Order: sequence, then structure tokens, then C-alpha cells
Amino acid sequence: MAAKTLTIDGKQISAFEGATVLQAAEEAGIPIPTLCHLDGVYDIGACRICLVEVEGVAKLLPACTTRVREGMEVRTDTERLRNYRRMILELLFAERNHVCAVCVSNGHCELQTLAYEHGMDHVRYEYRFPKWDLDVTHRLYGMDHNRCILCNRCVRACWHIEGAGTKNVAGRGARAHIISDLNQPWGDSESCTSCGKCVDACPTGALFKKGATAGEMAHNRAKLEFIVTAREKKQWIASE
Amino acid sequence: MVIDDLNAIAEAERAARKKYTLRCCMAAGCHSSNSVAVKKALEQAVKDAGLEDLVEVRGVGCMRLCCQGPLVQVDPDGTLYEKVRPEDSASLVGTLKGGTTHVQKGDPNSPFFTEQLSIVLANSGYIDPERIESYIAADGYRALHDVLREMTPKEVVDEIIKSGLRGRGGAGFPTGLKWGTVAKTESAQKYVICNADEGDPGAFMDRSVLESDPHSILEGMAIAGYAVGANQGFVYVRAEYPLAISRLQNAIKQAKQRGLLGSGIFESPFTFNIDVRIGAGAFVCGEETALMMSVEGKRGTPRPRPPFPAESGLWGCPTLINNVETFANVAPILRKGADWFASIGTEKSKGTKVFALAGKITNTGLIEVPMGTKLRDIVEKMGGGAPDGAPIKAVQTGGPSGGCIPAEALDTPVDYESLASLGSIMGSGGMIVMDDATRMVDVARFFMEFCMDESCGKCVPCRAGTVQMHSLLEKILNREATAADLQRLEELCQMVRDTSLCGLGQTAPNPVLSTLRFFRSEYEELLKKETAHNGEPRAAIR
Amino acid sequence: MSFLDLDEWLVDLAAAVDVVYSPIMDIKEYPENVDVVLVEGAIANEDHVELMHRIRANTKVVVAFGDCAVTGNVTALRNPLGDPENVLQRAYKDAADIAPQYPAEKDIVPRLTPRVTPVHELVKVDLFLPGCPPPAPRIKLFLEQLLAGKGERLAGANIKFG
Repeated sequence: MAAKTLTIDGKQISAFEGATVLQAAEEAGIPIPTLCHLDGVYDIGACRICLVEVEGVAKLLPACTTRVREGMEVRTDTERLRNYRRMILELLFAERNHVCAVCVSNGHCELQTLAYEHGMDHVRYEYRFPKWDLDVTHRLYGMDHNRCILCNRCVRACWHIEGAGTKNVAGRGARAHIISDLNQPWGDSESCTSCGKCVDACPTGALFKKGATAGEMAHNRAKLEFIVTAREKKQWIASE
Repeated sequence: MVIDDLNAIAEAERAARKKYTLRCCMAAGCHSSNSVAVKKALEQAVKDAGLEDLVEVRGVGCMRLCCQGPLVQVDPDGTLYEKVRPEDSASLVGTLKGGTTHVQKGDPNSPFFTEQLSIVLANSGYIDPERIESYIAADGYRALHDVLREMTPKEVVDEIIKSGLRGRGGAGFPTGLKWGTVAKTESAQKYVICNADEGDPGAFMDRSVLESDPHSILEGMAIAGYAVGANQGFVYVRAEYPLAISRLQNAIKQAKQRGLLGSGIFESPFTFNIDVRIGAGAFVCGEETALMMSVEGKRGTPRPRPPFPAESGLWGCPTLINNVETFANVAPILRKGADWFASIGTEKSKGTKVFALAGKITNTGLIEVPMGTKLRDIVEKMGGGAPDGAPIKAVQTGGPSGGCIPAEALDTPVDYESLASLGSIMGSGGMIVMDDATRMVDVARFFMEFCMDESCGKCVPCRAGTVQMHSLLEKILNREATAADLQRLEELCQMVRDTSLCGLGQTAPNPVLSTLRFFRSEYEELLKKETAHNGEPRAAIR
Repeated sequence: MSFLDLDEWLVDLAAAVDVVYSPIMDIKEYPENVDVVLVEGAIANEDHVELMHRIRANTKVVVAFGDCAVTGNVTALRNPLGDPENVLQRAYKDAADIAPQYPAEKDIVPRLTPRVTPVHELVKVDLFLPGCPPPAPRIKLFLEQLLAGKGERLAGANIKFG
């Protein structure tokens, strides 16, 4: 594989051809914030948190789906990007009912962590307070649509790591939501293997293990990485 | 099928012509005002008058002046009848025997008709869209024959490049360049897609073309297939266009029966098939990557580009995707030459453009004009201005992705660059005229609501940003907003434009941005005075 | 309670400020010319609206203090239920075991606002200190900055929701 030389935030680095800007930056120790990205499943560029500026390109590009090019000049941390990221986070908090104080994932939540990192001390947009239901029909797990940010990670983990294809998205716009099978109660799903990978993939507390109380539920991403590493590298060890 | 067969069909069709032809519009506009019954009544009246040997009643495609439908035009003298009712048929047929009729007559010599220049709509209103013979008699499928028998694929691509044709779907990407990119890819399987998912409010150009001249699309697609090396085409048409779908399916069936689609077309090695895929009502499926997902049978959501469809499209294969009107230009270009096409229009925008005139305008309907025609000529001269002489305030082009052009800028020539410089876009050709009773904030709110409802929900800025922009516009209209709210709206517009995944979100703020640009005072008049009691904290604005 | 966790620093604080209004002080009217106010809780009823406008008019620096004031938090959980009628129906009739009835004592029980909002949706807020509750060390840091005359927005590790 040929190597490509590029600059990220003024730092000259090299990356393998075909690598994404996100992978290249990670290798070089340059952090780019992400939300819908999950190691092991394909990227969809949906959350727009990892957008970066590329010299000579008018549009902002998602680091997770943009491939490195020779001589590329990437900026990951400009005033404009930081500002847009904070706005996107605020939009997410205003969109559904994210009540950190009573959330199972309080303290283990990627959305929350990103909000702190981006100086979000309040939300400037009107809270929508939509009415969403809870699906607790599954024996082991629950889905709280109030906390869902539609990152699609559960859907991709379900299809591409577990291969069950239970989770999907229905509806559009603000009414888009995660469903099980043909929009039936999760507990009635015949395809769900109850593996729990969707729960581990979830960045917030939308998918949770039953019985967890506020702040109690950590996500076990190592389990997903273990499987992906085994599949891709034929190594039966979870990477760090 | 060889060229002699094609000529024979055309000859037979021409030989069958009668002394008089009553062309009766059967496109959606007139169709919905009872033109089917009118045609039936005319046929009966011809029979009753014993004129069957002299008069042909022909169902044709769109005759353009939709607001006066059902329309009937008489050949050879060109008399145009408007708002024809079935009960008018006897007196109308009677005129052919020297009788008189009280049916309202239109003026085929009015600027609405005479200022038009038809390439895409050349057959519209003349040929019978239900009969392939009618298209063949109008030189149909001749370009496909010549291309297959006399030109290499590269020559075809070069001819399209030379013509200067640009995509008619809105963005105006050079068509030949796109064809060349797909042609150069090495792949055993390639596809051609015709994007007929016309969804802009007030736009009905593509529908009319499909209803009036479906074979021109099939011929254009087949030529494109030959040029880029594809053997399969899909027409993706929205389910809301049942008449267009049925005429398209009928046309495909006829073309297959005649060997003009399928394998070994015109006894060449070229094989090309076309299937119709019907959309399920999502506006976003007009976005090319979402459209391809939908054709594949998946949820119609866009994906980041690159890779562009030309490299990796339908099922990962190189895919050429063009709009209906773009394909409709292809056969005429190859029939009459790239130089002829390039002689029409402006330096950077060649050929003609079809517009659907709607809103506060006297002559609602379809027009085709050379690129570079002034907006004023379209709206005032051809369109007849607003009804009752009300002053025109603005013209909206490009649908929810476009912008409002103020009356002061009506002398702008219509081409891709001029409209873009005014913060609007050519778009697919919807043109909504607004008079002075229109409140521009209302207009912005209307389009924002449209985008909010039609956002697929995949990316955050479009899904959640349109909701917030819509709510801020509502707040302004309710006179509850402050200057800080307006500032927040503008910031959101910029952010949603810069960060959304696909064209829908990237252009969703355009109606707000363009009305803010030209009609800012209308926003400001609605604002509440700011006091220490409300507004955004100063400390929070960076 | 988190405020009380400031322990002995409260003594230092008491020396530096005059506490002129608080729920635990017997003062009926919000005074004029206040330097800093820490507003707890969201805007949920008409009394809150009235008091908040009075606070804003008479205060230099308004601080939204804690998640309820900053986001609506738990108090805003009633919003998805819809207008106050539905909320009262749910709380006092549907969920009542005995004698279902609305709490309605004229001039004593304030009417609910159509929906619960964070303070900054009603009036201009100068600074935000989220947290449920905001941890004592952060309150201290925040107040120390304010006392030093440089009220700054919190950032990074000093922000905490929940």
C-alpha cells in the first residue's frame, strides 16, 4: 500500500492510501471529536461533529468518510469548526429530552462529554420537549427514544457486527426513530439475538440494560472491539 | 429494426394524416380539467358530422398554457380553443364546415407562445405520447440510429461536451464532463439513471416532458448508455405522477416491441434496457445518492460524496445520473449538431430552459426559452404579469433550494451564474411569482417548513437545524422575536448550509438568506424591542 | 445542599457578601440594586415569571444556578405531557388513589405556565453554572471569580450536567 503525505493542523504526517482523515489523525495523535463514528462498523458521516476544513475545498468534509490525499492540508480545530460543533451539540440537546440527572449513562455519555469539551454551559435553542415512548418490552434491554441522537451506531452494530439486522430507522426528519424489525415492540422481535451489541454501541443512555439506575451504566466497547479485531485481524484479543 | 424500417414507420404515419387535426391536450393539467371527456366528445362529434376521413382527433402532450385548459388546437390553421367543455365539441367541429362557435379562443401569436424556443418541448403538444409511431414520424430514434451505426462512444461524449449542455436538475454541472467520467471508468457493469423525482413545490417541467414526449427520454438514455458503456437504465419517477408513469411504461413496452430497446438495437452489438422505479414520496430521493439507495430498495438517505456516482453509484458500479430535461436535450443535439445547440443561449449557459410559471401570474403554464432571456420578459411579457395588474414583488426560482429575486433585479438574464449571484439558483425550473400582497417572511417560513418535513433525518444540522430555524421564523411572525433571535437565525442558516450532509440541508437556508438579503426590513419590522429583560446574554456571545 | 458543602468557606463568603434575599430568609420582596443572584429552579408557574422579571430588573449579574435553571431538567419532564391541563389531570386525577381533585386555591396556588422553561428562555441570563447539583468545588471557583470581578463562562472540565 502506498503512503500519502499530508498536513493536519500544521503537522506533517503520512498515512496509508485509503485511510480516512480520521484514521490518519488518530495515528498521529491528533484528536478529532466524533459521535456517529464507531470503530469496527462502516462510517456514514451523519453527525457532522468530525467535520474538518480541507485547503482548496469549499465544503467542510467529515473526517470519518474522507480519504487522505497526497499534499492534503487539513485543519481540525478552527474557530469556525469549534463554533459549529458546539451548535450541533446544542441542537442535539434541544431536540429530544436529555435529562442528565436521571439518565443511566450520566457520566459515561459521549454526548455529555463532547458538550463539556465544547464549552456548552447552556443551550441557546428552544428545547423541543417531544413526546417519545420507552420500549422496555425486551427481556434484558430497554430503548428510551428521549435520549436517542440517531447516530445509527446500534443499527450498524446490529447489521455488521452481529449480523442480525434487527435495528433500523423509520420515519423522517424530526420524526425519524430507531425501530426493531418491522416497527414492532423490541420484545416481539424474532431476529434479535439479545446479544446486547447495540447497547454497547450506544453513545448515550438511549439503549440500556434493564435494572441500571442513574449514572450506573457504562458501555462495554471492548466487547465490540474484540469481535471486530478477531474478524478483521484474526486475533482473538481485544485491543486497547 | 434497421433504418429502412424506421423510415417506413415514419412514412406510414405521415401518409395517414388527415386534412384537419384537432390536437387535444392530455397532459396532467388539462387531464385534471376533464380533457379526456373533451377528447371523447370531439371524436363523437367528428363521427356525427361524418368527417372521419377529414379530421383526426389526437391526444397530445402539454400545450403549455395550463391555466386556460382544456386546450384544443386545430391544424393546419392553428386556431387555439381554451377551456373547452365536452358539450362544446359539436360546435367546435362545426367550424371545420364553416360554422361558428362561442368557445373562448386563445391567441397563438401572443408573446407567451411566440417568445418560446422549443428543443425539449418541440414535440410536446404535437405528437401523441401514447404512440411510438407518432414520435418516430417526428424524427424520433433517428439520433439513436446514427449514434449506434456511425459514431464511437467517445465521439458521442465529445459532441455533448462541445454542445455545452449543463445539467438541468439544478446545479448545472457540465453534462459532457459527467458522461466522460463515467465512460472512462473501467467496470463490467455501469448504469444510467434518469432522475424524474421532481419535487419542488410549483415545478412541473419534468412531469410534462414525461407525459408529453416519453420516448425522447428513452432515446436520450439509450444514447447515454452507449456513450458511457452501460446496458441498463432506470427512470426514478415519483409516485405522485401516475400519468407520467403509465406513459413511460407504455413507451418502454412499445420501444421494446419495436426493438429500439433490448439487445442488438439497430442490429448493432449494443444492448440497453430501461426499467421504471417509483419513488415513495420522499423529497430527499431527488438527491442522487439517496435516489440510488432507493433504487437499490434501501431507505432513501443520502451519503457523503465523494465517491461520486460516476465512480461508485448504483450497487457500487459507475453510474450516470441526469435529470429528465437533460436527457430530453440529448437526441436533438445529436440530430442537429453540437454547434447548433451551442449557438443558442449565453456564453456559459447553452440551449434552452423549461420553466413552470406559477403563483401570482396571469399565464400559468409551461414555457421554454433560450438561456439568457431576461426574467422580466418571462414574467411580464410572456407571463402577462400578476393578475389584475398587481405589482410584482419577487420571483422565486429553484424551489426550496432557491431564493427570491426582487422585482428590481428582473432585468437579470436567466442563466446559471446570474441567478447564483443573486443568491438563488436555476434549480430544475420552478418559477413562482409573488405580488405585493406576499409577506416574504411567510415565504421563508413556508419553504423552511417544507425542508423540515422533508429532511430525511440522517444528519443533525438538517434534521434539528431546520426545526429550530422554522421555530425562529414562527417566533418572528408571531412578533415575539428579538434582534438576538434574528441573529441566532442567521447563525443557524450559515451553520446548516456549511455542515449539512446533502444538498437538501445545504440549501435549506437559501429562502431565508435570500429574503433577508433583499427584504431584511420585513423581518426587522416584526421584531420586538429588546430590553434588559430578554435576549441573549452578552457574556454568551463569543 | 451542595452549597452547604462549601463548609468553612461559607464563613469566608459571608464576610465578603451581604446576603439580601434567599428562600431561607424572612424577606418578602426582592430588593433593589443587587449585585449577583444565583437563580435555582426552572420557570414553571406564574409566580416564577413575575419574580424572575423583578430579579432581572434589579440585578447586575443573573446566574442560572444548577440544571433546573439552566436546562429545565427534571421539572421540565412535564412538558412532553402537553399543556398544564393534561399535566394536572395526570398528576392529580389519573394517578390519585383517593379523592382526585385539582389543587385550586385562589391567590395561593399559582397557575402553571404553558410549559417549563430554563431561565434564559424568559430573561437574559449572564452566567451559567450547570450541575445537578453543581459540585461544591465548582461553586467555590465560580464565586471566587465573581468576587474577583471577573465573571467568566465555565469551560471544559468545569462544566457538568447531571
